[in-house]
Amino acid sequence: MEFFELAISAIFISNILLIQYLGNCPFLGVSKKMDTAVGMSGAVIFVMTLAAIVTYLVHHHVLVPYKLAYLQTIVFILVIASLVQFIEMFLKKTIPPLYRSLGIFLPLITTNCAVMGVALINIKKEYDFIQMLVFSITSGIGFSIALILFAGIREKFETARIPVSYQGTAIGLVTAGLMALAFFGVKGLV
Amino acid sequence: MPGSLKEEFVKGLWKELPPFRLVLGLCPTLAVTKAADTGLGMGIAATFVLVFSNLIVSMLRNVIPSKVRIACYIVVIATFVVITELVMQAFTYPLYQQLGIFIPLIVVNCIILGRAEAFAGKNGPMLSAADGLGIGIGFTVSLTFLGAIRELFGNGTVFKQAIMGAGYEPFTFMVEAPGAFVCLGLLLGMMNIVEAVRTR
Repeated sequence: MEFFELAISAIFISNILLIQYLGNCPFLGVSKKMDTAVGMSGAVIFVMTLAAIVTYLVHHHVLVPYKLAYLQTIVFILVIASLVQFIEMFLKKTIPPLYRSLGIFLPLITTNCAVMGVALINIKKEYDFIQMLVFSITSGIGFSIALILFAGIREKFETARIPVSYQGTAIGLVTAGLMALAFFGVKGLV
Repeated sequence: MPGSLKEEFVKGLWKELPPFRLVLGLCPTLAVTKAADTGLGMGIAATFVLVFSNLIVSMLRNVIPSKVRIACYIVVIATFVVITELVMQAFTYPLYQQLGIFIPLIVVNCIILGRAEAFAGKNGPMLSAADGLGIGIGFTVSLTFLGAIRELFGNGTVFKQAIMGAGYEPFTFMVEAPGAFVCLGLLLGMMNIVEAVRTR
């Protein structure tokens, strides 16, 4: 039950994109077409989970025992950057079809603050290993749901009559605001 | 083509004003502008990192091999972020707690990496520092302005000073997440209108 609550809260109530404001650059950048949004979502779920596991282990088994917790920021970003590079090389060699669909999104993920943000939240909230795993996967799912829904709405913009000054990012942000309002509606759920 | 020191400094204040003209670094923009003072604090922290990372990246631009440049830039930026983090923890602890994970997340702020890649990696140290300072001040002003608007409508105050009369009913939507997106979107549109009128 506890994990179910954690999952629902990570997906809807404190949705990482719309309520916690993490990962907004790719949110606006890759949401113009549905298939790129789906590709990005897959890549984010995958990298976010792996990065969370690795940073969690590094924090608890290297940084804390050697009293280096103040180096957290540098170590985490380096771990995430090298992990992304490694995943890219690994996919290219072993699963080429998956690499072709996710490949171009992988370098972008290094600077996706949602990945780093989830890693930091895991440490800050003092989750144990299983909680950390549930939280990371469901945060990725929450990111994907918001991104895919938003891409769907954004495709409709092409046929809508939007004032010239508000085209592009401006109307995108207002739409995101209304979506965030909708996600606020499920606040009483847990 | 790099301009004079003054030109590089001034362009950050309107022509490339982040986050409005360059739509980068949205996460901190949305997250820390619940009030004017947190916006200002975040802006100053980001400016510090931006100026020094630009300076160091620019000094090292002939030493860093171009294949691993992004990783090198990230290490330089991360170093200054850790310095900022530790200084803020020591001297402005309440602000540090309010900004929370968004201080370490300056590392992945696309504005800073973007400036290192687009400007500091190609230009001299003085020009790069001027560019960083200009963009940083533009970012600070934008964040403070956005924070002031959201605080004014959401809470009736600016910098914790009551502005609206006692009878004002706070419009809490503005300080919550949806208000952040809507407010930034509307401001962005207004900036486009101003720009369109200016260039006509």
